[in-house]
Amino acid sequence: MTPLAQAPHGFLSPTGVEIAFLLVGLVTFGAALVTVTTRQLVHAALWLVVALGGLAVEYLLLTAEFIAWVQVLIYVGSVVVLLLFGLMLTKAPIGRSPDADSGNRWVALVVAVAAAAALVWVVVDAFRTTWINLDGAAAGSTKVTGASLFQNWVLPFEALSVLLLAALVGAIVLSRKAKAESAPPPVNGRAVTQSSPSVTGSGIHPIVQRAEKKTEKKTEQESEQEGAR
Amino acid sequence: MNVALRLLVVFVVFLTFPLIVGQTEHKVMAHMQGRLGPMYAGGFHGWAQLIADGVKFAQKEDVVPAGADRRVFQLAPAVSLLPYLLVLLAIPIGPGEGAVGQVLDAGVFFVLAVMGVGVLGSLMAGWASANKFSLLGGLRTAAQLLAYELPMLLAAASVAMAAGTVSLPGIVGSFHWWWLPWQLTGGLVFFVAGLAELQRPPFDMPVADSEIIFGAYTEYTGLRFALFLLAEYAGIVVLCGLTTVLFLGGWHGPWGADGLGWLWTLLKTALLAFVVIWLRVTYPRLREDQLQKFSWTLLVPLSLAQIALTGIVKVVIS
Repeated sequence: MTPLAQAPHGFLSPTGVEIAFLLVGLVTFGAALVTVTTRQLVHAALWLVVALGGLAVEYLLLTAEFIAWVQVLIYVGSVVVLLLFGLMLTKAPIGRSPDADSGNRWVALVVAVAAAAALVWVVVDAFRTTWINLDGAAAGSTKVTGASLFQNWVLPFEALSVLLLAALVGAIVLSRKAKAESAPPPVNGRAVTQSSPSVTGSGIHPIVQRAEKKTEKKTEQESEQEGAR
Repeated sequence: MNVALRLLVVFVVFLTFPLIVGQTEHKVMAHMQGRLGPMYAGGFHGWAQLIADGVKFAQKEDVVPAGADRRVFQLAPAVSLLPYLLVLLAIPIGPGEGAVGQVLDAGVFFVLAVMGVGVLGSLMAGWASANKFSLLGGLRTAAQLLAYELPMLLAAASVAMAAGTVSLPGIVGSFHWWWLPWQLTGGLVFFVAGLAELQRPPFDMPVADSEIIFGAYTEYTGLRFALFLLAEYAGIVVLCGLTTVLFLGGWHGPWGADGLGWLWTLLKTALLAFVVIWLRVTYPRLREDQLQKFSWTLLVPLSLAQIALTGIVKVVIS
């Protein structure tokens, strides 16, 4: 991000890129709103795809090509696929889920607004007078990103990778513990256990278990089954 | 060449190459299994079979099941097909600016990211069909993508390390013949993981027609079903093109590399497409748990070993 001092910039005569940035931002915001308000669970996941894809386009418009593609690769290509995979294991119906609502929604709204305000304030404060020169070399190319990441930000980068490693080990520990506790697979979980990605003999996949907990709450019929077991 | 012409060429390639692969599959499979295959349509060895298939698909009624999620159901084939068009834009077939749809700074990331998006189409189809076989197919698709995305990325990262760039033309530009043995493991892992991502035999459990009918596509008819099939063949073209560009040296060849480079790219791509068809005819389908085990216990360690090897050689020669 090269600050440009020589040319005056203003908000009153926007360029094409700035207008596009604003429009894509509005679409992203709208998609994000629908994601948290819709009662159709899978639709929420698909609107999340739109929101995350919109973010990738915003990165592109800010000339950060590398970050944009990584955003698509990790979030759209993997995280949403994982979400959809989890949703398919639940009994989410086609159409509205009658119980897809939370009593905490006002608290959630307050937390969301507070978090958004903090982030907006930090970003505005940090980049207030910074303008990206679109005519010069891309400021967010892979080379620039890599150089700044591994020269200036090595320590946070490594700290983050240790954090991810800890999360990974934690996930393995949790899934192994679950194996010891639940010896026979639950009745209503058998069908999904077979098609779960677990390697033979590794017991029940954590996603399956979480899904079961959710469905337990959902219908009385199922909790009866669980009780009978 | 100006931009419009290049985009047009990419679009024509997108429309024709998958059909050529499809027709080749008909004939190659027929020869390998000692049967005739299409012989009537068009007169000469059934060359017009795919056109006839297309006409047939277009005539069929487009049925949406009553219980389905209409919009998602109807949108799924497009989500599945379009990413491959975008990927084709970034694959260089010859040296220079004119031989690639669009030069991208982070081409490797772009192609892998967009290829992963195509799988969302299968997931949408699997869920929105309101059919248990479709749902099972969707589940298997998701599990398969999560398992095979990682080795594919790691193998591509190995080449990027070797070349010192993540742009596709840049990678082919710095190719030397001795990269073939050096990156051999990575190349195999990439190709196999790519086959799994495309759900081609022997990794076709998500569509396994003899156990779960046709997986996520069970409820589809007519043109929308044809679009899914087209996505599969476009995927073959893209995967073979990418393997050629990343691991087989793209436009480099023993001779005639100046001016005829694009021919080398096409030749290698066609050869790989033949191998894809060959594998379909010769290998039985893996079981779902075997598939997961194959990825996590074999492909991931192999690709990590390849990255280590690439790093060591890179440090030694520099």
